[in-house]
Amino acid sequence: MAEFLQFCASGLTVGAVYALVALGFTIIYNASDVVNFAQGEFVMIGGMTTVFATAAGVPLPAAVLIAILAAMAIGLLLHRLAIEPARGASPVTLIIITIGASIFLRGLAQIVFDKQFHSLPSFSGDTPINIGGALVLPQSFWVLGGALVIVIALWAFFNRTVIGKAVLATAANRLAARLVGINTSFVIGLSFVLSAAIGAIAGILVTPITLTSYDIGTLLALKGFAAAMLGGMGNPIGAIIGGLLVGLLEAFGAGYISSTYKDAMAFIVILAVLFVMPCGLLGRASVERV
Amino acid sequence: MRKLMSNRLVVPAFLALLVVALAFVMPSNFYFRVAALVWISALAVIGLNLLMGFAGQVSLGHAGFFGLGAYSVAILPAQFGLHPVIALIAGAAGCALLAFVVGRPILRLKGHYLAVATLGFGILVSMVISNEAWLTGGPDGMPVSRLTLFGWRARGADTWYWITGGLMVVGALLAVNLVASPTGRALRALHDSEVAARVVGVDVARYKLIVFVISAIYASVAGSALALVNGFITPDAAGFLHSIQLVTMVVLGGMGSILGSVVGAAVLVVLPQVLTVFHEYEHLMLGFMMMAFMILLRSGIVPSLSTLIAGRRA
Repeated sequence: MAEFLQFCASGLTVGAVYALVALGFTIIYNASDVVNFAQGEFVMIGGMTTVFATAAGVPLPAAVLIAILAAMAIGLLLHRLAIEPARGASPVTLIIITIGASIFLRGLAQIVFDKQFHSLPSFSGDTPINIGGALVLPQSFWVLGGALVIVIALWAFFNRTVIGKAVLATAANRLAARLVGINTSFVIGLSFVLSAAIGAIAGILVTPITLTSYDIGTLLALKGFAAAMLGGMGNPIGAIIGGLLVGLLEAFGAGYISSTYKDAMAFIVILAVLFVMPCGLLGRASVERV
Repeated sequence: MRKLMSNRLVVPAFLALLVVALAFVMPSNFYFRVAALVWISALAVIGLNLLMGFAGQVSLGHAGFFGLGAYSVAILPAQFGLHPVIALIAGAAGCALLAFVVGRPILRLKGHYLAVATLGFGILVSMVISNEAWLTGGPDGMPVSRLTLFGWRARGADTWYWITGGLMVVGALLAVNLVASPTGRALRALHDSEVAARVVGVDVARYKLIVFVISAIYASVAGSALALVNGFITPDAAGFLHSIQLVTMVVLGGMGSILGSVVGAAVLVVLPQVLTVFHEYEHLMLGFMMMAFMILLRSGIVPSLSTLIAGRRA
């Protein structure tokens, strides 16, 4: 039982990060139909900037703020300089642009930072907390709590503010949104900034556990994308469920079956789910207009 | 002129001429080697372009087939003493069978779901290759025995330049014939609209599967060729990044353009070689150029340039 709880704890912690990356995918996809493969790079920027800012003597809260702002600025630049000029291009072309952006950002991080692995001190100590025999790092609670706060804040933003509703309207129907006076270009830019902030926060929270380096983004983008598809592309709740599921599958796969094939577990389940439900767990079947 | 352009032999003939002509201007072995790598990538990209550009189905897992082809010429001769050419054919047949089996359920998916399913397939293949070290040498890779034909050993960059160039031209020839055939028409029909294609009696699922199997064979043969040229193979050949590279080559050169496939492969193989002079700025430049190409020539290099030229002439 203790073992089971242990796997649950580590699976949920990693899964929360995947969920946040998947949420970032979903927000941008809903607003603009772009699948942003540079999403993992925001996680990297968040972690790396915090590490280097604290190393330069900036206190942790200020470093966190700097990192989030840096990621948001890069998210905005990504939209303004790479996505906006290619408006109207085919989805595959846009995907290649975001992949180019992720290679570019990785190259940039390699120069601005370095190629080493870095860690941050845990926010509230390293003494594990015993829950039913499972030892859970305090930082895991930071990750899970942070993810929860982000999800609640996003819910409030989308349902309780006018700008949030403008984003939802843009997601529902871009032309109609423009007709009622919503600046859809601003909304799409906002969705990039928002996703960047979410990714950066995830990166900062998880760095004390998983470490960070300039090239962690690719795998995270991959897992986040897979998680978003597992939940059903475009569905934020699906993204969260998908992320947590992928995390749990990896943890249990590594624990009970084979640690060398832990990444395989998630993809086998995703393939199996898609064969039965071709639009993911919570995705709506799309109706094709002829 | 138009009649000449519409002839399906123009592109393969042009490519054959290119292979021959380039051989005369290659200053050193290094250039022959890079060119051989271009032909190999081009072969895989032509196959993938049949799937993406003509049938409109994305695959983010094609390096899986590429890797299987590569490892079959590494493993089969080493373990069972098969001749490399037999191993190449066996690898291609194996990939065709695998594509046939996984293609059925995978190709029912659409758009991004298809992308993630093929991605998962590719990752599973690359994971098996890097984890089953007893067979594949694991992440460190494994050596590939040299190709000998009737007592003649294929070695030297220039020899491989001709062999891979020949393979690529044959691949292009088969591809243009396929595109011009009734199958090619059916593929373009289902690309435009699956529903419309079904209405006029195209068996959509069957044609998607056919082109998926064909593109897997292209990737497998290209993988085998790479393993034989390098004499060594690592799991990177089957990795996710390689899949992305192949897709990028298709889109960069131009979806639905055979000539574009070769151009896309050439750009993405040669560019990193050129960019090494930038040392640590290499990735920065590569990412920047990928973005710039796709923003400025969004339908791919060859189609964008040909509309540009046609527009100027009109």
